[in-house]
Amino acid sequence: MFMAKLREAVICFKAGRVTLPYPAAPHDPEPGFRGKITIDPDLCFGCGGCANVCPAGVIFLHDAEQHARILELHWSRCTYCGRCAEVCPEDAIALTQMFETATDRAEDMVISLKVFMGPCQRCGRCFLPPTVLDQMDVAGFHEAGGGRP
Amino acid sequence: MLGQMCKKAFGRALWVYHANAGACNGCDIEVINVLTPYYDAERFGIRLVGSPRHADALLVSGPVTRQVAPALQRLLDALPRPRLVFAIGSCATGGGCWFDSYAVLGGADKVLPVDFYIPGCPPRPEAILYGVAFALGLVPKQVAAEHFSQEDIEQLAAGKPMTREVRT
Ligand code: SF4
Ligand code: SF4
Ligand code: SF4
Repeated sequence: MFMAKLREAVICFKAGRVTLPYPAAPHDPEPGFRGKITIDPDLCFGCGGCANVCPAGVIFLHDAEQHARILELHWSRCTYCGRCAEVCPEDAIALTQMFETATDRAEDMVISLKVFMGPCQRCGRCFLPPTVLDQMDVAGFHEAGGGRP
Repeated sequence: MLGQMCKKAFGRALWVYHANAGACNGCDIEVINVLTPYYDAERFGIRLVGSPRHADALLVSGPVTRQVAPALQRLLDALPRPRLVFAIGSCATGGGCWFDSYAVLGGADKVLPVDFYIPGCPPRPEAILYGVAFALGLVPKQVAAEHFSQEDIEQLAAGKPMTREVRT
């Protein structure tokens, strides 16, 4: 009995210190970890593919004006499945390695993005002109941006 | 004000009571993980207690099903003040995949006054520790609402660097 306890103590001492010093020292996740989502405003062209596949309905899309589309990402309920990053044709939306997302305000867990679109002359649906110079010629681009009268 | 009060009241020992409000058990396992010697939450005086009457903080996981909501309300009433409520996991912070289901209320903040949100599905044990350390004032907050807009004509004229790849 006593010997067993002694042996147990030896095993415990041999193990040394196992506790992570975590909040004092960083402990990064393994590569491939899926953390908080981000969206690259320069790459997104508002196709809505991500909103279509998101199982948690994180991504809302609405056409604010004729020429602007607003994406809202309420990531408080994101399940970090990575479907959005998988389907995005431009790799605009991505999952970062960030996990330290604790907050005391629910409003902090929102990302919004305004995408400027040009409506097709025939069908009226929005599309993004292929080059930057073409974008400047689209009337809506000016109006929505409030740039030129 | 509340932060200072909490720091004073909870700085040395935070006893927690853990409530599962319809969680899939993922978050519960991570909460238990935090209490193991590897993460050792007792360094901060965090202890799991068996009765809400002994607890300073309530850890809620799960999207709060219709059936559990009244019980959760009574549980909160049993907690002595000052008290903290932590919503752990995407289900508790916003409802998760079930946010619009008829059977759930969609998040702990629909029933309880939530003080701290720890998103993640499930959150890493480190993320839970971070949330508790944030509540104790040991670490800063790292997230804020982000609002982006694609560059308009004035910004383009001012020479905002373009990172978009031009495709033909
Ligand atoms: S990771 Fe999954 S749940 Fe989160 S926004 Fe993307 S598709 Fe939606
Ligand atoms: S993030 Fe990607 S998938 Fe989502 S709207 Fe933008 S371009 Fe489309
Ligand atoms: S947040 Fe994810 S892991 Fe936690 S209870 Fe909900 S589904 Fe399960």
